[in-house]
Amino acid sequence: MNRMLSIAWKEMIQARRDRLTMGMMFGIPIIQLLLFGYAINTDVRNIATVVYDQDHSEESRGFVRRMEATGFYDLVGHVDSYEQIGIAMRSRQAMVALVVPPRFGAEVEAGRPARLQLVVDGSDPQVVASATNTAVSLAAARSSELSVARLQRLGQPAAAPSQVIVVEPATWYNQDLRTAVFIVPGLVGVILTMTLVMFTAMAIARERERGTLEQLIVSPIRSVELTVGKILPYIAVGYLQMSLILGVGSLVFKVPIVGSLGLLYLLSVFFIAASLAVGLLFSTIAKTQQQAMQMSFFFLLPNILLSGFMFPWEAMPTPAQWLATILPLTHYLRVVRGIVLKGASFAELSTELIWLAGITLVLIIVASMRFQKKLD
Amino acid sequence: MEDPVVAEGLSRNFGKLVAVSDVSFRVHRGEIFGLLGPNGAGKSTTLRMLCGILDPSGGRATVVGFDVATESEQVKQNIGYMTQRFSLYEDLTIEENLRFYAGIYGLSRAERSTRVPEELERAGLSERRNQISGTLSGGWKQRLALVCATIHQPPLLFLDEPTAGVDPVSRREFWAHIHRIAAAGTTVMVTTHYMDEAERCHRLAFIFRGTLLDIGTPAEVIARREIRVGLVSTSDVAAAMDLLVSHPAVDEVAPFGDRLRLATLGGIDPVLLAQDLLGDGPGVGDCREIVPNVEDAFVAMVHSEARNGGAQ
Repeated sequence: MNRMLSIAWKEMIQARRDRLTMGMMFGIPIIQLLLFGYAINTDVRNIATVVYDQDHSEESRGFVRRMEATGFYDLVGHVDSYEQIGIAMRSRQAMVALVVPPRFGAEVEAGRPARLQLVVDGSDPQVVASATNTAVSLAAARSSELSVARLQRLGQPAAAPSQVIVVEPATWYNQDLRTAVFIVPGLVGVILTMTLVMFTAMAIARERERGTLEQLIVSPIRSVELTVGKILPYIAVGYLQMSLILGVGSLVFKVPIVGSLGLLYLLSVFFIAASLAVGLLFSTIAKTQQQAMQMSFFFLLPNILLSGFMFPWEAMPTPAQWLATILPLTHYLRVVRGIVLKGASFAELSTELIWLAGITLVLIIVASMRFQKKLD
Repeated sequence: MEDPVVAEGLSRNFGKLVAVSDVSFRVHRGEIFGLLGPNGAGKSTTLRMLCGILDPSGGRATVVGFDVATESEQVKQNIGYMTQRFSLYEDLTIEENLRFYAGIYGLSRAERSTRVPEELERAGLSERRNQISGTLSGGWKQRLALVCATIHQPPLLFLDEPTAGVDPVSRREFWAHIHRIAAAGTTVMVTTHYMDEAERCHRLAFIFRGTLLDIGTPAEVIARREIRVGLVSTSDVAAAMDLLVSHPAVDEVAPFGDRLRLATLGGIDPVLLAQDLLGDGPGVGDCREIVPNVEDAFVAMVHSEARNGGAQ
């Protein structure tokens, strides 16, 4: 009993002295709580929406206003063609497009069934459900409103079917709404984050722990040579992992690869650089491999929960969205899904690439300010 | 030709802690210069400042003509550095470690393919070259670490407690090797707290609590202490120590098995003093005066420093 308590006593002292571990012990539950609380919200609101109004009637404008009033749709602009809907979706400016056919208002006026098309980006199945269901019930509500009005006006029930406005959902990019199609490309980003951040952070911490870092800083090697040299092999590892996941994903899970693989491999450089910069920054802070591991794990959590890998970015409250925006993975997921599922082009992904480059630049500046070829 | 190491008033603080304070010395070309002191005296800190990996808080130093604070990269080009941790990659083989360091020090591919086997052969590591470094004994690791630190043939070699945790035979071999390196023209600066090793240096600097106490050849340093040392046999070592230690002329009494090593100040004969003080008590057996060594000198210096410090 005494012996056991001695062990427990020593363990408590050690835990208390290791500030990072201590911080993690209490920091992780709180942060997890906040992240999960914020992130797990399948009720997707504020979905970016464009309108392709071929009718320009009072009725069509009214329907758009009603959509906005629900809080589920966020009108970001008007387009003039299906082509433009495609561009908006591939560049992720919009996830939903409402297409109002010509003579929509006139049909409604006449009490004839009028069709609306709701084009939804299927690359995120959770968005599809929210977007479609809301539009369908809006149409039903408006239909009965019209029926009641017609009844009052004519004093007789409509002869035509009571559902005047019919919403026809059309899913683009992942028509079958298969989760695998949504998850697999995202997994490329998550696994790259895990490998690159952790390996980079640990690789330098290991040298520090074993005393070989001192031997290296005393040599004429330059900081750049040391850091880039350390990173190079992991870049290769990253690309191999990416190929492996995409290969298995397409063979086993039948994930279609719509866009250009060459473009994906090329643009992944932005994300790989950002992840390695995160790892480098951690390695300047962590003194041991264990600390590097803890920090990487700590970093992984918000990445998985907030990046849009599991839960749609649109569903998160604003502070969580801000946090997500500074995570490289958030932007890379849009790049991977954009290319793999929607065939997005370089130009359509430029916003995300600018973000990634900006994040990388800031991280590298901070990391190289912290990493000096000196001991103190 | 300028001295390879020139330190002038070198100081270093870590926050409030003064690790090295106003240290000045010169190391001459081709000599083995020892920096001697107890743990925490500031030996490694001094060496790290000279290597250009720690900035001095005060004073200045030049190493092979370059300022350690402002030209640290040029310093690094021209020195070899080996720590007590041997800084080897334990999961690499002997040959891989050597190739790696050869590459880090900028040896060309051609130079590497001739120098690496040559150096392995010279250090007697050829047969083991495919052995994983982590499985080597302390002595072999030390030998490999030294080869790695000198693969680029630096004019100046810094060794930070290079023999820590190495068996006596390997230590002797190591020192023989250091002397060969020095004879070939390389300047060697070594830190140690092993007194027997200090005597193997051409010149010594004693450092204690960050301050340089004395500097010179081992013989000079010993002579300046003005101590005499006797070896005293006695039947009751503990009682004899109690009797001797309070005498004002006694600088140090240390037990060695059933004998005492007695150091006296002021030219007092330690044998006579022991016979005088112990004759009535535990008794004195075989007694003889011996030549003081570096350890005696070092202890005397620390005691004198403590007395002066106490008087302040």
